[in-house]
Amino acid sequence: MSAANLVRRIGGRWGSLVSQRGFSTTPTSIIENGAAAEQGVKSLNLYSAINQALHTALDSDPRSYVFGEDVSFGGVFRCTTGLADRFGKSRVFNTPLCEQGIIGFGIGLAAMGNRAIAEIQFADYIFPAFDQIVNEAAKFRYRSGNQFNCGGLTIRAPYGAVGHGGHYHSQSPEAFFCHVPGIKVVIPRSPRQAKGLLLSCIRDPNPVVFFEPKWLYRLAVEEVPEDDYMLPLSEAEVVRQGSDITLVGWGAQLSIMEQACLDAEKEGISCELIDLKTLIPWDKETVEASVKKTGRLLISHEAPVTGGFGAEISSSIVERCFSRLEAPVSRVCGLDTPFPLVFEPFYMPTKNKILDAIKSTVDY
Amino acid sequence: MTTQILGRSRTNLHLHKNLSFLLGYLVSKSTATSSSSSFQSGGVPFVKCRHAPPPYASSLLGNNSATRLCFWRSESTKAEAQLDLQHYVSEDEDEQVIDFPGGKVAFTPEMTFMAESGQKRVPCYRVLDNNGEPVTFSNYVQVSKEMAVKMYSTMITLQTMDNIFYEVQRQGRISFYLTSAGEEAVNIASAAALSSDDIILPQYREPGVLMWRGFTPQQFADQLFGNTNDFGKGRQMPIHYGSKKHNYLTVSSPIATQLPQAVGAAYSLKMEGKSACAVTYCGDGSTSEGDFHAALNFAAVMEAPVVFICRNNGWAISTPVEQQFRSDGIVVKGQAYGIRSIRVDGNDALAVYSAVHTAREMAIREKRPVLIEALTYRVGHHSTSDDSTKYRPVDEIEYWKMARNPVNRFKRWVERNGWWSEKDELELRSRVREQLLQAIKAAEKEQKPPLEDMFNDVYDQLPSNLKEQERELRETMKKHPSDYPSDVPL
Repeated sequence: MSAANLVRRIGGRWGSLVSQRGFSTTPTSIIENGAAAEQGVKSLNLYSAINQALHTALDSDPRSYVFGEDVSFGGVFRCTTGLADRFGKSRVFNTPLCEQGIIGFGIGLAAMGNRAIAEIQFADYIFPAFDQIVNEAAKFRYRSGNQFNCGGLTIRAPYGAVGHGGHYHSQSPEAFFCHVPGIKVVIPRSPRQAKGLLLSCIRDPNPVVFFEPKWLYRLAVEEVPEDDYMLPLSEAEVVRQGSDITLVGWGAQLSIMEQACLDAEKEGISCELIDLKTLIPWDKETVEASVKKTGRLLISHEAPVTGGFGAEISSSIVERCFSRLEAPVSRVCGLDTPFPLVFEPFYMPTKNKILDAIKSTVDY
Repeated sequence: MTTQILGRSRTNLHLHKNLSFLLGYLVSKSTATSSSSSFQSGGVPFVKCRHAPPPYASSLLGNNSATRLCFWRSESTKAEAQLDLQHYVSEDEDEQVIDFPGGKVAFTPEMTFMAESGQKRVPCYRVLDNNGEPVTFSNYVQVSKEMAVKMYSTMITLQTMDNIFYEVQRQGRISFYLTSAGEEAVNIASAAALSSDDIILPQYREPGVLMWRGFTPQQFADQLFGNTNDFGKGRQMPIHYGSKKHNYLTVSSPIATQLPQAVGAAYSLKMEGKSACAVTYCGDGSTSEGDFHAALNFAAVMEAPVVFICRNNGWAISTPVEQQFRSDGIVVKGQAYGIRSIRVDGNDALAVYSAVHTAREMAIREKRPVLIEALTYRVGHHSTSDDSTKYRPVDEIEYWKMARNPVNRFKRWVERNGWWSEKDELELRSRVREQLLQAIKAAEKEQKPPLEDMFNDVYDQLPSNLKEQERELRETMKKHPSDYPSDVPL
């Protein structure tokens, strides 16, 4: 465990080590606190947008708390910067290095009517808390006949590839949590989305697991409203209209998929791109409507393909749209290996893998 | 004689500590033992009174006339003295110390490994002996007649409830049951020592706490039968009680998960400035779970007003404590985490009452966790799905059932005080029995919760997938009605 701890504690340097990865909807350069394009809107990267959401959450509800490993000084990804200074060490604090303790503590805090915003330093380390999330948080309301709930609990965790994270700083464990009635799973694709969705999660009366694409923490920059706003949960968004094929994804993968859409367009293929945003309970209707229009579906995620959430989407859509489908549902996902360090470029569901799948699906 | 001497030296030690606390006297001796002996040689008078609290105690205790502390500190103050790390190092020893994050540590040329456990086992605090006689020199929180009678009556009610529901399960009328036999004192005396504002996060063998708080025989029966009046809407196995009104969080089957949650609840109470604490229960088996250690560590670091009550009943289903842990049981784990701890005779209601009462005071006043290890015994089987004679000797069970019975012991004390008679006993037992039989009859007749309760409360609102699944299920049920129980209202 101590070795693992050492590794995870170097996380503070991660942002600066991040290799460049394009995010097509936004400038790739970092414009931290850059000049406001319009009043009340600022260019923010994703960690700053998260940070702003946490400031807003703590400011708007005195019974809200932010805690986790190393959050007090600002967190290894800087998401909690300035919170302890502004709101005090009793509302923003470090916890011992113990994920089951963090989530158990958060459940108890939330059960007393507080908003408990717990940070798990990396999604790869969420597993010691699995029991607390699956057997406790998810069933808290149901098992008590709605006498008690821990709906104020929000679990934030950076997830996904980052270019050099290897086995234990790269995983996308969302599918494990999508198998658990009683929690919500939400993943934002960009800074503006991150702020609005996180505020919704914090204020949602159900426990939520919120995975943050760590590759985009510094890389993705977007105009983010400074005010307090929320984006709806369980509502997918058609990010890009198209007529030949529907692409569904979430989080960091959205930008890769968008690049594939642009390249496909050059070859005369019109792609519709959907950001699912909330994985459970998910917006089946939006995906269904799109697939009924395009007749084709491609799902892409970084997590291993077998048992990934893509399988669930595929199955549901086949059930609903079988007669409208003109090709098998395609999945472009991570491979069924542990997340490999040197082999990361081979493992990843890259733009060209997606592009190839788009073409073969359309040409089926 | 030996125990008396032990007792005296311990008393000396905590008097010493109290004085140092009050007078700002800095303890610079290196060990608790030497400071204790130096104190004795210093000639400060040994307090002989058994019942008068030290003069400084009254201001700390408030004006609670129902209870009175003889000594306001618990024996566990000894642990506190040892934990005061700075006392190991004096200022003029700067070159002899390593200035390490967390405080200075003295160097030593001696290569000494700490022992794996203390030379003697931590003694077990008790007030009443096996015959219900108060032990000489015992310090305890006084219990009024009214309180004592209520405690005893509730123990009998719990016992009666267990006997009847156990039989009801054996008759196949409910699917499962689990008794508290042998652990009535831990259940009832701990509950009695708390305030109704304290938040209970139970494991599953503490129905007596809920009973003490006013959960009725009917409410117990409704849960066991999983009928429409069950607060849990028939979703959980029998004995998974919970009641918002009684500040008793709903039981879940996984053990120890409630412990870190109790720390979060306690932290909330502290932040709200409430004069209440969180109280959480677990068994000896739970102490091997990660959640136990997470909870103790979090509680200490967060300075959370939480009382951990571990019912060490010797057996985790078939696993005896020798196969559960090493060293000296549970009480010693507290100190490693920086938590005041006490081992108490869990079959002595007065000892449990005193320890929990004092622990609660410390937890709330000083914003700190306290660990209580109650030595008791699971006289019954683990549950109705278990036959404990397969793995433990019948003699052992009989010994604890008869010679060390916690209810009988407390009864002797209550009777000796002239507060209870055989007539009271007969009246109570027949009244409780009648109430329970009525409750069972009513619970059994009550209908099951409606089908919609299968889908409600997964989330605060019904999401579309559940709406769809409910619709589909109802269609299937129309086609195949005989596949489904007829007693669930649609």
